[in-house]
Amino acid sequence: MAKPGLDGHDRGAKVIARALRDGGHEVVYTGLRKTPEEIVRIVMDEDAAALGLSTLSGAHDVLLPAICEGLRREGLTEVVVFAGGIIPNGDHESLHEDGVRAIFGPGTRTTEILDFLEIARQRIEDGEPVGVGENSGWRWE
Amino acid sequence: MAMGVIPADLLGSALTGNRRDLARMLTVIENGGAFEIPEQSPWTLGVTGPPGVGKSTLIGRLISNWADRGERIAVLAVDPSSPRSGGALLADRMRMSTADSNDSVFVRSLATRNHPGGLASCLSPMIDALAACGWSRIVIETVGAGQAEIRVVAFADRILLVDGPDRGDIVQAEKAGIMELADIVAINKSDIPNSQQAADSVRSALEVGGDSSVTVHLVSAHDGSGIIELLDAIESCPASGVRDRLRVRERLLSVWDSRLLAHPRLNEVMDALETGSITLDEAVEIVGLSED
Repeated sequence: MAKPGLDGHDRGAKVIARALRDGGHEVVYTGLRKTPEEIVRIVMDEDAAALGLSTLSGAHDVLLPAICEGLRREGLTEVVVFAGGIIPNGDHESLHEDGVRAIFGPGTRTTEILDFLEIARQRIEDGEPVGVGENSGWRWE
Repeated sequence: MAMGVIPADLLGSALTGNRRDLARMLTVIENGGAFEIPEQSPWTLGVTGPPGVGKSTLIGRLISNWADRGERIAVLAVDPSSPRSGGALLADRMRMSTADSNDSVFVRSLATRNHPGGLASCLSPMIDALAACGWSRIVIETVGAGQAEIRVVAFADRILLVDGPDRGDIVQAEKAGIMELADIVAINKSDIPNSQQAADSVRSALEVGGDSSVTVHLVSAHDGSGIIELLDAIESCPASGVRDRLRVRERLLSVWDSRLLAHPRLNEVMDALETGSITLDEAVEIVGLSED
């Protein structure tokens, strides 16, 4: 669970991290104001299976593609990327095309995010593409 | 943890400096896999202490200074798993300011996991893997809140106990038996009141215990004071000392715990205990002393 960019509001990220922990996941929380390079480094060192990105600053259309590109560049193609925070509907399509598999807005139930991760896990088991660098039109809607 | 296919030569690739494959190798070890790692003599430091005393921030300071001296530092940051969900929230690395951008620093978060063959059995091979890949300083961090965490830190060859200015915290550490294992004590947060007093009381506690080989350092991870002195003390601390036997004992208990938790009849025995159909002594008989 990572907080890219300059926004300093991480209540949401912490709630999600906690909910995922309670759902049985091991969650590494990066803390605030991480650069795309730092986030890619953390995903690599922690060998994370999934990356959740929380952003409320409006810079998602710059930061998220940079992170997805960084993951692909480092060969971390199998990582499942999802996002949350304040991301206008009009921006969803291009983020999905960049490899973000799910975008959760305000009001999302935490169980839905757990469901998403479970479906993603099943897809990986079945050999279906779901990672950020795996060509796939799949998205959670 | 990644669930993809394991490349045939993960070890070979990690040994040539491929960071991603080292990370994947650690996952495989964490999940019970094994590699033929060449014999290593790793340099290890265990860091523990009560919650909130600034262990991670202090480690952040230490690793910056080590990196400046040309060392390559790997940190295994251990946090407890939730006994209820099995999940874990791992947030030590967010306090280590240089952890995410310095090529000479590798930080891996680990959950204690409550399942069979837990952390104890995989910690030594993880340390060996890191050493084989050229990480010259390996730090293991745990919260010194219970025996399980203390046993983890006993896998290191030297132990740093960190405490804050509140005297109450170290009493907890003493209760948990960690004081006897520590080679060096750091009282953090020297920038706020009462820290000198805390350092004095730790010194006198050690004197009462008759142990003069343990040094007490007043430091501030916040403003950096005392860090160099602490680092020098850590560097000159011998790997083997009077506390070897205590350490070996904790390691033995740690492996023993793992064996017990991995016992094929564990669930059956716990069911029987729950319904009261056997006693604790009978349960111990059933799981026995042998490995089968």
